[in-house]
Amino acid sequence: MRKKNIWLTLMASIVFIFLIIPLFIVVVTAFGESPSIQFPIKGFSLQWFGEVFKTKSFMRGMKTSLFISIWATVASIIIGVPAAYALARGTVKRRALLKNVFLSPTFVPGIVIGFALFQFLTIKLQMKIITSLFLGHFLISLPYIIRVVGSSLEHFDFSIEEAAWTLGCTKTKSFVKVVLPNISSGIFASFMLAFINSFNNIPVSMFLSGPGVQTLPIALMNHIEYNYDPTVSAMSVMLMLCTILLMWVIEKTLGLATIA
Amino acid sequence: MGFVELKNIDLSYDGSKYILKDLNLTIEKGELVSLLGPSGCGKTTTLRIIAGLINPNSGSFIVDGENLTNVPVHKRNFGMVFQSYALFPHMTVFDNVAFGLKNRKMDKNTIKEKVGRILEVTDLSQFAGRFPKQMSGGQRQRVALARALVVEPKLLLLDEPLSNLDAKLRISMRTEIKRIQQKLGITTVFVTHDQEECFSISDKVAVMNNGDIEQYDTPENIYKYPSTEFVARFIGFDNFFNVEKANYHNYKDIFGHQFVIDYEDSRTQAVATIRPDDIQVVPEDSNMNSIKGIVDVRTFLGDSYQYEIKTELGKINVNHKSEKPYQQGDAVYLLMPSNKIILV
Ligand SMILES: Nc1ncnc2c1ncn2[C@@H]1O[C@H](COP(=O)(O)OP(=O)(O)OP(=O)(O)O)[C@@H](O)[C@H]1O
Ligand SMILES: [Mg+2]
Repeated sequence: MRKKNIWLTLMASIVFIFLIIPLFIVVVTAFGESPSIQFPIKGFSLQWFGEVFKTKSFMRGMKTSLFISIWATVASIIIGVPAAYALARGTVKRRALLKNVFLSPTFVPGIVIGFALFQFLTIKLQMKIITSLFLGHFLISLPYIIRVVGSSLEHFDFSIEEAAWTLGCTKTKSFVKVVLPNISSGIFASFMLAFINSFNNIPVSMFLSGPGVQTLPIALMNHIEYNYDPTVSAMSVMLMLCTILLMWVIEKTLGLATIA
Repeated sequence: MGFVELKNIDLSYDGSKYILKDLNLTIEKGELVSLLGPSGCGKTTTLRIIAGLINPNSGSFIVDGENLTNVPVHKRNFGMVFQSYALFPHMTVFDNVAFGLKNRKMDKNTIKEKVGRILEVTDLSQFAGRFPKQMSGGQRQRVALARALVVEPKLLLLDEPLSNLDAKLRISMRTEIKRIQQKLGITTVFVTHDQEECFSISDKVAVMNNGDIEQYDTPENIYKYPSTEFVARFIGFDNFFNVEKANYHNYKDIFGHQFVIDYEDSRTQAVATIRPDDIQVVPEDSNMNSIKGIVDVRTFLGDSYQYEIKTELGKINVNHKSEKPYQQGDAVYLLMPSNKIILV
């Protein structure tokens, strides 16, 4: 028993170290003075953080990413919450099948989805880049909403909805007044999770981005290809901080364990 | 024509198996009627049809002369108390109770006044600001009742409202429900599978079996004169045997034992039955209403013993209080008083 515990601790520590060390290195390199990424760093400087805001492609990418991720997540909330409700309520036929269809984007590799969407939206339908980005991100966000909202509906006592009906509420009104308030933390958590996922997404954005319109992660990738400077590290540090902040908010509202 | 009428109701959830078959029920204004029956017999289904939560496949539902069969649930103005209480977890007791009134677009002061009054009736005034999860089971149950009553519903529907409470609270709550129901004179349908609970508060009882109402009568009549073997069994009769009418009140079983039975019945063939409590154990034979047997199994019930006695008619169950219990193998005579035997 004891021995097993030691092994477990050791393995966990190794995994943790392998995960943390690269991140740690990235963080450290953001503070170097030299114009190319070095480790260990020489000197200390915050200039690269300033450089982030002067890099046009980053700023444009940030704007595009925020725009796409926010609207795609909002759209998938609008579609996903009622869908999760209908699935949980059990009034739909072929529930299992529908559920799998909705969740399928989580099983299919991102590259495949990206390529398929590229073929269909960009080549076939000749959509505008921003529209196809929005649709792509909507598609990858939807499963998160359905899964997380679905799991908070699992513990929902649907008889309170029936009680609202008997008290004179129409079905729509009681959904808003009685169902939504009781799954609001699930909706909020699913929003955060889908947003983070969409914001960080590379494979789908890579296929759908195009000249002049690219999301932030794609802008970062393109930047590294030509300039190996610590601006990317500085940007990464800021993104990490934002992600940690969001995760902390989720943890406070719902607990990470319930949505994992 | 009654105040509430269910006429020829058929219901199937899946389109092939019928849960309710040609169900008919009439309720008079102000009555408290119970639906009593074993698990799965269709009590909740019947109540949900009345509430409008499910639509019957055929048949009609009429209240006060108005056909409500196709009126949706939110327009029926009935109060319903669910087994799980179904309080709104995100609202205080006050807001829970006020919910129905707000839907009716009443002004704030009227709502305040009405809610205040019903909270007083249900003894909840000091809890108005609490949330459901800060309340005990009995208190939640009263909130659910208050919420259903405050809208002055045409009908009050209760689905096993006491089943989550402990024994002591159940008894005080059922008296409470009866008191409020009588005070407000509200027509009520009460679902339960507890016979004692049901008899204690109902004006009338509908005993259900397998989607059908087997008997609909006052609790006293059902207790004394169950009309079918199922009802008799359900309310504690045991010991069923076939008898044949000889003349007037004289009957014979297949072995020729003679029984005088006070029960009025015109049939020549019938099934006689008697409660285990009503059979007397006597040491000597008498030529009428008695039968010989041998003690087979004895179990202790606390205030009495239950005996399983082997007789020509098969096993007969008897509850008997005696200082000196009979032993297995003892020969005894069972006396069945003429006024305790009934025919079904
Ligand atoms: N939504 C449903 N879909 C399919 N069958 C159902 C549904 N609800 C109930 N049934 C079936 O209908 C029958 C009657 O159920 P109902 O809930 O009315 O019983 P009940 O008398 O209220 O029983 P209990 O005392 O256990 O609550 C049962 O056989 C049950 O399995
Ligand atoms: Mg039931």
